[in-house]
Amino acid sequence: MTLLSIDALSLSIRGFPILRDVSLTVAPGEIVAVTGESGSGKSMTAFSVMQLLPEGTETSGRILLDGTDLLQQTEPQTCAIRGRDVGMVFQEPMTALNPVKTIGAQVAETMLIHRAMSPEAARTRAEEVLARVGLPQDRFPLSRFPHELSGGQRQRVVIAMAIALKPRLLIADEPTTALDVTTQAQILDLLKQLVAEDGMGLLMITHDLAVVSGMADRIVVMQKGQVVETGPTAQLFRNMQHPYTRMLFAASTHKVALPKAPPPKPLLEIRNVVRAYRTPRPHPFARPGRFEAVKGVSFTLQRGERLGLVGESGCGKSTLTRALLGLEPVQGGDILFDGKPILTRGTVDASIRRRMQLVFQDPYGSFNPRHRVDRLITEPFHLLDDAPTGSARQKTIDEALTAVGLQPADATKYIHEFSGGQRQRIAIARALIIRPDIILFDEAVSALDVSVRARILDLIADLCGTYGLTYLFISHDLSVVRSVTDRVMVMQSGQIVEQGPTEQVFSAPSHPYTRTLIDAAPVLPEIA
Amino acid sequence: MLRYTFNRLASLIVSLAVASLAIFFVIEVVPGDPASYMLGMNAQPDTVAALRADLGLDQPRIERYLSWITGMLSGDFGTSYTYRTPVAQMVADRLWITVPLALYALALSLLIAFPAGIYAAARRGKPGDTMVMGATQLGVAVPNFWFAMFLVLIFAIRLRWFNAGGFAGWDKGLFAGLHSLTLPAIALALPQGAILARVMRSALIDVLGEDFVRTARAKGLSRRQALWRHALRNALIPVLTIVGMQVSFLIAGTIIIEQVFYLPGLGRLIFQSISARDLIVVESVIMLVVFAVIVINFLVDLAYAAVDPRLRSRT
Repeated sequence: MTLLSIDALSLSIRGFPILRDVSLTVAPGEIVAVTGESGSGKSMTAFSVMQLLPEGTETSGRILLDGTDLLQQTEPQTCAIRGRDVGMVFQEPMTALNPVKTIGAQVAETMLIHRAMSPEAARTRAEEVLARVGLPQDRFPLSRFPHELSGGQRQRVVIAMAIALKPRLLIADEPTTALDVTTQAQILDLLKQLVAEDGMGLLMITHDLAVVSGMADRIVVMQKGQVVETGPTAQLFRNMQHPYTRMLFAASTHKVALPKAPPPKPLLEIRNVVRAYRTPRPHPFARPGRFEAVKGVSFTLQRGERLGLVGESGCGKSTLTRALLGLEPVQGGDILFDGKPILTRGTVDASIRRRMQLVFQDPYGSFNPRHRVDRLITEPFHLLDDAPTGSARQKTIDEALTAVGLQPADATKYIHEFSGGQRQRIAIARALIIRPDIILFDEAVSALDVSVRARILDLIADLCGTYGLTYLFISHDLSVVRSVTDRVMVMQSGQIVEQGPTEQVFSAPSHPYTRTLIDAAPVLPEIA
Repeated sequence: MLRYTFNRLASLIVSLAVASLAIFFVIEVVPGDPASYMLGMNAQPDTVAALRADLGLDQPRIERYLSWITGMLSGDFGTSYTYRTPVAQMVADRLWITVPLALYALALSLLIAFPAGIYAAARRGKPGDTMVMGATQLGVAVPNFWFAMFLVLIFAIRLRWFNAGGFAGWDKGLFAGLHSLTLPAIALALPQGAILARVMRSALIDVLGEDFVRTARAKGLSRRQALWRHALRNALIPVLTIVGMQVSFLIAGTIIIEQVFYLPGLGRLIFQSISARDLIVVESVIMLVVFAVIVINFLVDLAYAAVDPRLRSRT
């Protein structure tokens, strides 16, 4: 018996085809994962079931929920189905809740909008369902506002809203992509448990094959709006037919070939660095509080070394990075670059600043959209006393673009003309152009699709060979850090709890927190 | 919440102190001596000096400032140089026209802006939206005194529904008073309402694109329910900012509109006092207006906290 049956669904937005002939089924109690890269149409498939589509969308085919064709329903009929028969959980828990309403009111609204019960009964049910998703009343009363909860807790509230009326089908669109690895494991367990206990069907959209492999009964692989392969999870992983599926799998487990690091010679030395913030005074005449985001961190980055820094959000990774770049003052300790302190009277010496460059996470937000590529990548030139001009400048630009796999002709284009992966190449070119001694990669591949990510990681490994890069690679993604670093540090609550050679830390972690992180990270099955 | 209110209150007091200093000293440096102005061109220097002493103008500035401020705090605004009557009395009489006029205009402006902005946002890109946006564009572009003259031409001269100017007086009853304030209030409210409608529309459209509106729709709310239950209150935050700013525009706007409609309000009083170098009146009225604006902004700050729980838990 099938609960949801999508049959030959095609969809176009303002004449532009998005989905072509998509068919899939979900049975009660079954977890079906739809996977693929961005633009594959996996989220659009989910939104078609909810009928939450942008204006100007045309659909054909059938979406049957227990025999009712959702595409043939009027808007009021669809509203009656949403939330009652089909619940949905979204990707971004930080923005998925209304900031000005209490969590109780938002959960109870699911009951009230469907006139399923009285306001009192809805409150009681909201308490029950919040407790069920792990937010018991004694610690999380209904009167809490979303901003008083963490990302994982907010995602639990969204799940509570979605399951409050015991829908037959739950759709989860990248439910854990924005969460830390330990929180992700908890949320995935919760979803599995809810499906097992209530017999709901779960249609899960995710780009992460490792998540899929631990969760789904069946997998649907999509590429460019079409289903290219589908089958039971274990069987599909064992016997991948379509080249795209094989490519996805290979990219997810991609290992880069790092050249051997040169013998150790200290380049950047961090000694007992403390970064503390003043917190607001509890009352107007009280002393302000103090919060230490970085608590006495020490490490040494050797010349030619590729060092990783992992930890969950809020652990102090980004604060430490900004302090290293001299973008933030430190309240204690020393940062030495080639034996010299980088801060002289609170500011960074330009002669040192030019020897460190940064590659940011977001390839979309970290470029000025009104500048051409040549201007974007030559921005670090202002750090130089003798920045190249004229033909020398042009030659430097050409070299930098070629080094990251782009064309010299790309120099006159604007950033919107490039894909996410190309933009990240431009970001690397911008960092490389003044030949810094150290590059800091701050979550530099986290926003990219697996296949693009694999190519960027290859590029970084290549550049290590050509330029002998020294870098600090900051990421929450353990598998990425494992493949591109020689040594790794694990950070928790402002402290480095473990550091050592990458392979050793990953295969035999000594600190319990490292073990927790590694255990929580979803892994792909070993395939012979 | 208590901390937030306390902080806002502290900033209100500081703003008032700074504003009073600024008003007093700016007016002090304006050329033109009130005493010689009052006595005319041919006055003897010793007569002028005597009058200056009489008015207290020979005192050091800082002492005059302090006595002005302490007087104001106890309700004594001093005596008008030209009319020789207590300023407090003159201001009080005129407040009864200007304050109702500004509030009337504010109410009309909200009455125009909310339905128009919500309607346009709900029908974004459709003909209704285009029409409302066209109309508000006109409202923003045309100055309020031109509206005033236009309203007089249509409703006073042609249709004879209203008087072209003057104030009937509250002693003739509430309706008669409001009746004479209606055209001026409309003239004041139209441009402000048009601006506010545009702000309301764009704020709502922004909020309607937020993830939590999609979450609400996924729970089964219709587009309309999602707008009223989730989007509207979030959109109020930017709208409140503009409402707070508009109050000061409305009060300043009365200076011109009261001239056009010949209303004996504060605006006319400022206008006349400036021409007559009646500095004590100018200072007092401006201080009063500043006080009103600062208090209203304080109320807007409190309204923010009422709308947005995130502010309540912060400083």
